[in-house]
Amino acid sequence: MSITGRPLPTPQPELNPETAPFWEAADQGKLLLRRCLACQVVIWYPRSICPDCHSTDTEWFEASGRGVVYSCTTVRRGVGEFAEASPFNLSYIELAEGPRILSNVIDADPESIEIGQSVEVVFASTGNGTALPRFRPAASLSQGATDE
Amino acid sequence: MSIYGRAYIAGAYEHPGRHLPDKSIAQVHAEVALGAVADAGLTLDDVDAYFCAAETPGFGAISMAEYMGLKLRYTDTTESGGSSPLMHVGHAAAAIAMGKARVALITLGGKPRTAPQRPKFYAPENTFEEPFGLWAQAPAYALAARRHMHEFGTTSAQLAEIKVAASIHAQHNPNALLQKPVTIEEVLESPMVSDPLHRLDCCVVTDGGGALIVVAPEVARELPRHSIKILGHGESPKHTDNGRIDLTYSGAVWSGPRAFEEAGVTPADIDYASIYDSFTITVLQQIEDLGFFEKGKGGQFVSDGALVAPYGVLPFNTDGGGLCNNHPSNRGGVTKVIEAVRQLRGEAQPAVQVPDCEIALANGTGGSLGTRMGSATLILGRES
Repeated sequence: MSITGRPLPTPQPELNPETAPFWEAADQGKLLLRRCLACQVVIWYPRSICPDCHSTDTEWFEASGRGVVYSCTTVRRGVGEFAEASPFNLSYIELAEGPRILSNVIDADPESIEIGQSVEVVFASTGNGTALPRFRPAASLSQGATDE
Repeated sequence: MSIYGRAYIAGAYEHPGRHLPDKSIAQVHAEVALGAVADAGLTLDDVDAYFCAAETPGFGAISMAEYMGLKLRYTDTTESGGSSPLMHVGHAAAAIAMGKARVALITLGGKPRTAPQRPKFYAPENTFEEPFGLWAQAPAYALAARRHMHEFGTTSAQLAEIKVAASIHAQHNPNALLQKPVTIEEVLESPMVSDPLHRLDCCVVTDGGGALIVVAPEVARELPRHSIKILGHGESPKHTDNGRIDLTYSGAVWSGPRAFEEAGVTPADIDYASIYDSFTITVLQQIEDLGFFEKGKGGQFVSDGALVAPYGVLPFNTDGGGLCNNHPSNRGGVTKVIEAVRQLRGEAQPAVQVPDCEIALANGTGGSLGTRMGSATLILGRES
């Protein structure tokens, strides 16, 4: 949710045969990334060719869903369906697997989000068999230890 | 092989309008084309090459060639957002150097203030950005500003100094949209658009446009006006690089050195700089990336008045730039070249004319500092 308490919109992403598995897996609670089997690099955004070594021998794998905030902003004037949800957070999340991906940190006051903060993925369903990977502040380490 | 000295900017024209509800976009392109050929002492009949970008109405360069009645042997519709016209100058110079053209016309125009913008083009990355609310430009630039602050201690007050300097220049430009000088406090107290960028960290939204004429040396010699020698050109796309985006620098880290090498000059030789100013942070990153100031130190220098004409270390955007004067069609590239030409001809507003301005730089970043951009650098010289 944004600071206003209104949930962020969950627009249906544009699907094509190359990237539909990413959005469909998200609706099953999985964050998929693509990996190059030739050079082992993790690819972002998902595509069939490796932009590092140009091999087309690439495959999906399930990511941890953990990351840290690389940069963030509180958008005060969203456009279109995001106007109603403003202010909201927009961030680059550096995933544990390496790539920096654009998303939103939710379930927190947007102004409280900081660079370097640990976050974990949550999935916002579009209701159409797809979901958007968003992030929330990670449960603290001490809390994690208690849970164990 | 180099374009050094093998082509000249013979004409430059900025549309005086900032609010043009009664004109079509094609009409704006034609008006600036006529203004530029007249400035050069030529006519549209002399034009044999035409360069324009994706904001131009129609089918590449063909529709406007038809509209204006151009007879062409060379066209180029390189699209790199606001930096397109700077690339077009380099490409026109290359075409002229290869004997493919003699008189090249470059136009930019649009009406974001009074007409709906074109829908975004399809791109493979869109679906990984738009569903998260990345529609407008400010949030992406805000991400870059926040990261620059995090790594280098840059402050909002330092960014505000860039707007203040632009506004000091704009007060002398009777066509500028915003002509009133502003203070750091006014910038910081203007509404937050996307943290840490305030409304006054953003450029203006204006209708209008501009055009340039690039000619072969033998054409320039015959013209009554003072032509500007093209010394160097560099360009480079910068993109998210397979998930490794670094928000602290622009594509000028690559386009700049290429232009300086071709021109055979260094940042210390530049008397005046037109620096793309979609937002204040855009300026700060470019003046570091172009080598005027050490990376991360730009904020300190702008606070010392480095950008203020005519006596700052690096007088910039003496027309008031995109931050105050004009950002036609949401693209500030052509006005960057036009003001550099004015400075080299000694025709800037007297209060901001850099004395003995001999070498100028113009830099453009089109697209977004926060995702992907086309960067282009031009170095221009006053022919002695």
